[in-house]
Amino acid sequence: MRTTSALIVVLLAALAAGREAAAQVVIRAARVHTMAREGRAAVIEDGVIVIRDGKIVAVGPAASTPIPDGFRVLEAAVATPGLVDARGTAGVSGIFNQAHDQDQLERSSPVQPELRAIDAYNPNDPLVAWLRSYGVTTLHTGHAPGELISGQTCIVKTAGRTAEEAVVVETATVAATVGPWAQKGGKESPGTRAKMIAMLRDELIKASEYVRKRDAAARGDAAPRPADAEAEPATDADGKPKDPAARSLRSEMLARVLAGEVPLLVTANRAQDIANVLRLKREFGLRIILDSGAEAYLMADELRAEGVAVVLHPTMFRMFGEMENMSLETASILREAGVRVAIQSGYESYVPKTRVVLFEAAIAAANGLSFEQALAAITIDAAEILGVSSRVGSLEPGKDGDVALYDGDPFEYTTHCVGVVIEGVVVSEVRR
Amino acid sequence: MLKNVRAARQFLCLAAAAAFLAAGPAAAQESAVAIVDARIIPIVGDEIPRGTLVVRGGRIVAVGPSEDVAAPEGATVIDGRGKVVMPGLVDTHSHIGGVAGADGSAPIQPDVRMIDSINVRDPGFRRAVAGGLTTLNIMPGSGHLSSGQTVYAKMRPARSIEDVLIMDAAGRFMGGLKMANGTNPMGAPPFGGTRGKNAALVRDRFIKAQEYKRKRDKAEADGTPDKAPGRDLGLEAIAECLDGTRIIHHHTHRADDIMTVLRLQREFGFRVVLHHVSEAWKVADEIAAAGVPCSVIVVDSPGGKLEAAELSTESGGILERAGVKTAFHTDDWITDSRLFLRSAAMAVRAGMSREGALAALTIRGAEMLDLGDRVGSLEPGKDADFIILGGDPFSVYTKVEQTWVEGVRVFDRSVADDRLHAVGGYGAGDPMRPYMCCEGGESTFGFGGKQWEAR
Repeated sequence: MRTTSALIVVLLAALAAGREAAAQVVIRAARVHTMAREGRAAVIEDGVIVIRDGKIVAVGPAASTPIPDGFRVLEAAVATPGLVDARGTAGVSGIFNQAHDQDQLERSSPVQPELRAIDAYNPNDPLVAWLRSYGVTTLHTGHAPGELISGQTCIVKTAGRTAEEAVVVETATVAATVGPWAQKGGKESPGTRAKMIAMLRDELIKASEYVRKRDAAARGDAAPRPADAEAEPATDADGKPKDPAARSLRSEMLARVLAGEVPLLVTANRAQDIANVLRLKREFGLRIILDSGAEAYLMADELRAEGVAVVLHPTMFRMFGEMENMSLETASILREAGVRVAIQSGYESYVPKTRVVLFEAAIAAANGLSFEQALAAITIDAAEILGVSSRVGSLEPGKDGDVALYDGDPFEYTTHCVGVVIEGVVVSEVRR
Repeated sequence: MLKNVRAARQFLCLAAAAAFLAAGPAAAQESAVAIVDARIIPIVGDEIPRGTLVVRGGRIVAVGPSEDVAAPEGATVIDGRGKVVMPGLVDTHSHIGGVAGADGSAPIQPDVRMIDSINVRDPGFRRAVAGGLTTLNIMPGSGHLSSGQTVYAKMRPARSIEDVLIMDAAGRFMGGLKMANGTNPMGAPPFGGTRGKNAALVRDRFIKAQEYKRKRDKAEADGTPDKAPGRDLGLEAIAECLDGTRIIHHHTHRADDIMTVLRLQREFGFRVVLHHVSEAWKVADEIAAAGVPCSVIVVDSPGGKLEAAELSTESGGILERAGVKTAFHTDDWITDSRLFLRSAAMAVRAGMSREGALAALTIRGAEMLDLGDRVGSLEPGKDADFIILGGDPFSVYTKVEQTWVEGVRVFDRSVADDRLHAVGGYGAGDPMRPYMCCEGGESTFGFGGKQWEAR
């Protein structure tokens, strides 16, 4: 009995100590890239980041930032915010590339905004750990391009045993695709660009009608009848609005898009497809994030004028088909033109099964982006475009304790990621 | 008389052709070119902090410290200060030029030649020189046990495939034989559906080729050409592998598949290079003991197919330390020819030595194509294939500034059209989907249509 009690005490102490150790961490680096916006130091030489209970509580020069007693101290040459992968499919498209682990694209219908990414996200897929080991701590993942509306995306941390533990934003965007990737053959729709836009407009108009009826029902009005509607009673036998509350997951989701609550993430690569997206945006007043954007450099002025941010394809994507005109300098050209840009890992259908935004940003840094701009494209800019910059993307007090550690310039080929911290927990210490 | 004139004319043509071949490189200038005061990485021999490279007539005539090697009078001088000069890169496994070999009719088609398949005007060729590649092994895919005869190509300015061929001493254009095992070549009959069946199909055909070769050799030894077997293009190509004059380039990933290649190699005695070798780290000692070289692919994540799920980025270093001759390849479209230097740099990141990685981009690959005496290092007498870099070869910020093949500049980043292909942009690419490494629907890249569906 005494032995058991003693054991329990030891176990509890160990657990408490474990939690304490996990959550109380200091990172000291010869160079800290805070990625903080104006007003705070962007780069701190010999800097210290103090993380308490998962949140950053202090960032500053070692000389003036005390390290609390009992905190675990990690040291490295360079510390950056945990990287934010602005658009991938890891965890939804798994490492094996077999039917059982590929949930990024449901092909039964071209329009399925009701498909939730969190119902498909596998936080235990090895690709998630792979990304994490290079410093990626926040991942925007979910349904892939390839159908007109393929489903939802979610934002997760690359730690956690379940989607619930990992999730930051359950429904981050609704993913749409215009252009050849969404094209069907034979008698299936959509078979042309014009049909794609017609179908999208039709869906959005139907959703606005759904909203109108739902709101009317909520107000207790009889469902108003369109002038050209057939003469059927607007109320049922009890005088209640006919079927106003019948839920449609599809319409509910599109209603949130119409309300601007959730952005439409539209994959488009050719300049003409990008123009189609902007036309759709103007008609419905949508919040649009442009995804991939191989020819976005041809549309930079229009994108800036419309205030549309670009989650750019991986810099090392392959040049063929609608990607044939992609450029290693697109990120730089867009930045120059005043367009907000983040860089994504994208979807890969073969080998390698995922890309790593650290490497993709590195190539952009070697092709026109400054170091700071390239790092921003996978940290603070990505976080802002995705609407999660209150939690991630920079090293500032109050934000999540997500940090990536490197033994040199993070973009250099021969530098290693030497540690990763997510919400104060050291989640990776492999040298990779 | 008339006959003699014609004979004389033919002789002169032949002599001119022979002289042309002997002189080597087509468009090579007679005047020398000297790159002066560059950091030179000759691969064979120590790095030269401030050196001069002199080329003439398509060949290297001198390389050494600038104190010892002077630019000849009248030479075109290129200021190499701040630059790095190293041999042109050798890619042991590429799929550029829309190359496509065997069709769906049979799993073993060694009769099919890539010389009859490649479009040298494909933008992939422009990207290859933009990446500093000067010698390539252009191969068909891995959807067959054998998908055909590969072409060793020099990235000379080209109007047709003939312009890029590399001739052997006997005047024949050089190439290997592509083979594959594992899951890619599996399929419905007549393809094998299992590893055992596929190995049996290969052994069966190689035994036929042994017999073919035996009859052919006997007829030749006996001076009885009428007893030689009728020509069989496929068996002829395999017989060349049995003779040792054609190297087998074997796609293989999993450790057990690698061991199967070594088993067949012991049985038939062919010369083979193992390609991709995702799980070579598990059997590095066995590969070393077999004395078989490896050409490694470096990709940014494991997976994408079951066989690559246990791929290790550390393979290059592990093979190097085990004593295996190791090179890299782009497998372009799997990785981009413009970023071939990156493959080696990433291997260094994962534990390979810098020297080993540099050699793996150049001389080791050259040796795997039987071209080690002609390309892959900066040594007098070798082909004048070199690249000028803006900085260290393993820095992400370094650009390939110029690429030279046999004394001719084939890429110059300061020229707008060359830069377009180096960087990309409107008009740089190819609207066509590239030929894939594996037929059968699984292994297409990118997005769209059925490409999304995993098998």
